[in-house]
Amino acid sequence: MPAKYHIHTKPAPPRRKPIGKYGIIDWLEDCSACHNCVKRECAYSVYDDERDRLRETVEYVDYIYECRGCLCCVQSCPKGLLSWDVNPEYEKMGDDVWTPDIISTTWYQAETGSIPVTGAGYPGPFRGPGFDSILTDMSEIVRPTRDGIHGREYISTSVDIGRKPMRLEFDSDGGLITRCPPIVEIPIPILFNASGRGRPGERIPSFVLEAARELGTLAITAQRELVTHPAALPYLTADDQPVRTARMAEWPDSPAVTQRIARAKSSNPDLVGIVKLPLGPNAAARVLELTRAGIDAVHLYADWHGYAGAAKQHISLGIRDVHQALVGAGIRDEVTIIASGGISLAEHVVKTLLCGADAVCIEVPLMIALECRLCMNCRSGLVCPADIDQVDEGYAVQRMVNLMGAWHSQLLEMMGAMGIREARRLRGEVGRAMFFDDLERDCFGPVFGKRVIPPGMIPGGMGEVG
Amino acid sequence: MASTIDPHRRVSIPPGMIPGGIDRKLGAVSEMGLEMPVREIKPAPDRFRNSLGKYRIYRSEACRKCGTCVVTCSRGVHVRPEGYVDFIHGLDWRCTAELCKANGTYCVDKCPHGALRIEQTAIYKSLGDYRWTADLILSTWHMAETGDVPDGELNYRTGASGGGFDRIEFVFPKTPCCPPCEGGQQGVTDPSEINTSIPLNRRGDNRPQVTIDIPVYGGGMSFGSVSPVTILSKARAAMAWNTFSCTGEGGYIERLFPYKDYVITQVATGLFGVREETIQMARIVEFKYAQGAKPGLGGHLLGDKNTPAVAAMREAVVGTSLFSPFPFHSVYSIEDHKKHVDWIKHVNPSALVSAKVSTPIDVDMVAVGSYYAGAHIVHLDGGYGGTGAAPDIAKKNIAMPIEYAIPKVARFLSDEGIRDHVTLIVSGGIRTAYDMAKSIALGADGVVIGTPEMVALGCVRCGRCESGKGCARGIATTDAEMVTKMTIEWGTQRLINMLAAWREQLVDILSRFGMRDVKELRGRTDLLRHLDYERRPGG
Repeated sequence: MPAKYHIHTKPAPPRRKPIGKYGIIDWLEDCSACHNCVKRECAYSVYDDERDRLRETVEYVDYIYECRGCLCCVQSCPKGLLSWDVNPEYEKMGDDVWTPDIISTTWYQAETGSIPVTGAGYPGPFRGPGFDSILTDMSEIVRPTRDGIHGREYISTSVDIGRKPMRLEFDSDGGLITRCPPIVEIPIPILFNASGRGRPGERIPSFVLEAARELGTLAITAQRELVTHPAALPYLTADDQPVRTARMAEWPDSPAVTQRIARAKSSNPDLVGIVKLPLGPNAAARVLELTRAGIDAVHLYADWHGYAGAAKQHISLGIRDVHQALVGAGIRDEVTIIASGGISLAEHVVKTLLCGADAVCIEVPLMIALECRLCMNCRSGLVCPADIDQVDEGYAVQRMVNLMGAWHSQLLEMMGAMGIREARRLRGEVGRAMFFDDLERDCFGPVFGKRVIPPGMIPGGMGEVG
Repeated sequence: MASTIDPHRRVSIPPGMIPGGIDRKLGAVSEMGLEMPVREIKPAPDRFRNSLGKYRIYRSEACRKCGTCVVTCSRGVHVRPEGYVDFIHGLDWRCTAELCKANGTYCVDKCPHGALRIEQTAIYKSLGDYRWTADLILSTWHMAETGDVPDGELNYRTGASGGGFDRIEFVFPKTPCCPPCEGGQQGVTDPSEINTSIPLNRRGDNRPQVTIDIPVYGGGMSFGSVSPVTILSKARAAMAWNTFSCTGEGGYIERLFPYKDYVITQVATGLFGVREETIQMARIVEFKYAQGAKPGLGGHLLGDKNTPAVAAMREAVVGTSLFSPFPFHSVYSIEDHKKHVDWIKHVNPSALVSAKVSTPIDVDMVAVGSYYAGAHIVHLDGGYGGTGAAPDIAKKNIAMPIEYAIPKVARFLSDEGIRDHVTLIVSGGIRTAYDMAKSIALGADGVVIGTPEMVALGCVRCGRCESGKGCARGIATTDAEMVTKMTIEWGTQRLINMLAAWREQLVDILSRFGMRDVKELRGRTDLLRHLDYERRPGG
């Protein structure tokens, strides 16, 4: 057994106070300045800044970042001067897919490297679109399971990128004739994308590469000066670019892409070549074509919200289509599928793999780890409120490593519950996924008849029914 | 009911309870002076000075202290102490402005000087979540305070999750007063004739019958995860209602012994606190294979909560994190499960055995297997429930919601011909009496609740059960200071009141269907409809 893969997390406090969900509104007017003010009782010491100055003229104190919403002070103030509200700045972050809660939990994971844990059950909507229409299964009593997730039994999250021969051939002496194609093993099924445009700060891509190196994975980069980095996965748009040192390289899909990859391989035979192409109605046919042409891997991408094509098909469904087409053709193992777009949480990695991908590629969560709040100021040339271009390398790398540490632990939790010990076995394992549509049909169908109103849960649309 | 409540909102603390009765070492409040609980509704107002509500009332300087508002309001919102001229801070949370507007008792309109203004509070807009809306939290508090359903404008039946119970409703006969009604109903039954008890032993073996008076009992919350005050309040309320509470995994604390006939003890995967003598004491022993809060993950008590008292009970080292593994490492098949059940049945020849399982896709097979292995009760714990701390990723993603599991399992048990030989108990997302009734109509015998009990005790669902000292509101904590925020008597009364309100609602539902017994409701899916589905042919 290989050495256990371990991600070294350590606390990396944010450079500025993260935007908190709840805030206390203190009316102050008519305050009696009681000697036993309820603020002293705060279980989370939110008011500590103010505590010693209760009898002085109180300046503005920022409570909005620390409040945990226990409401003890609100309910105890003798004059009822405290109120509580959700922070409007928090609610404005992100959008329907990259919700404030996702941004906030990503910050937490990047800071601590720990799994987010809360009590009181699941507070969210019954189901949602995209990844939220899939549940994962668990194994219980009657089905084979694995043994413990707390260190007794190793769960591997490694995956291989590259084509696998469908059979091995041997000569009469038992020597292997088949020339095994190159394979790159990465210890987490997650690649990074450092090639994005429109981001402030040219230094960020090199930090992403550095984090990838520490984690043992690779980062896609289009910057020429970075392709020699040990964790670089060059993205090649022109023919003449050197890829002699790279283990993998990626090309945009084009009619001549197979020839271009063949040329690159002639100078670097151990290179794994990836073709990047969009998900959508034509994806499955093109992937079949590329696979038959001997391409090692494909990188299928959706937009950054996880939708592809004019029909706005979700990445989970798009990947399932491609996976099933390959399985139907009997050539699934001859190609590796890397999926990207809209993957914002650890659970999305698992669900994408269950739908048929071998690995995923992420970019936005890494930026959120660096305190990006998706305000999009950079897209319009405005100042970044988080000063992302000012981060120093140590901090940036640690935040990204922490995030992946938390994701890795969560992968183990989900795989452990499913009774799966190998991330390689997650691929296309829909037997360990439950789709809400199937559950509705199988469980509610016999009771309630035919569903007439399609599920239309809009995230953020509190109380949306119907 | 609401108007009879004592406006002195602060809980009176019986002498000897606090702070003198606190045993700092054990972090426990003494039971000295506690009386055995009785099934009686008594007002149990919020233990905080300012209860939360939907509206806030603003009184301007135009007020001439004429007192019209006091006379107008039927809920005692405006408070002017006897013999005083000025008003004091009112009981704003009782205000039902919309209802008053409709009834013509709106104080703002009646005020001759235009001095009053009513606004929705910011807290009402921010409180709660999709599953537990502000309405559900406030109405559960109302029930726990008064023992009655809120008669105002709060929706106490459903949340806003957009699926499951929140989209299922009962189809009541249109004119319940004139038998025979639509669908051949019998018409209204006299509420006093309605039986809400269910038997828990349906196997017909030689073990004693156990009947509970309401089809609901309390979920397992371990010593360590919640305070002794919470545990005792739950057990005492269960005693009053002749139903059960459950120890959870952390062992059977001695202070529960007086209530042993109403306490289920749990054998969970970590085997923490499992002792022969406590198993012999219990009328029901529950195997916890998995729990809805974290299906497939086992339990995890954080080091901070592992105080000396908790460690002693669990026979562990103080301050260490305690992991309860998943699954039972001795159970990998139904045959192994049978060995387990046989072990407990041997240790306690008169106990009933319950198997608590979560809801994987093959939950129906698990349920049938559990029955054949000898379980009296199959307890399904759905994926969205749970009270304790759990990884967010597990709460949201792993295992199916209980709404799907109930009809699936009930149908499978029927097809196997064993539906009437096993008691099907469900939990994991039962928030209201209506959820309970819908679960029964979908095919369960009864339900187990956890979060509603916590809310009744004052939980606001901030979700910080695990952090540092634990619950800031003193419910899910073992911190010696925090546990004093609540008394056992108050907690007991809150739960008794809430269960009374739940039973009242169940009786109301049964009576509107012309039923006399809650057992008649089981599996009556024809009385339900899903708002997103075409109405079933013949339904």
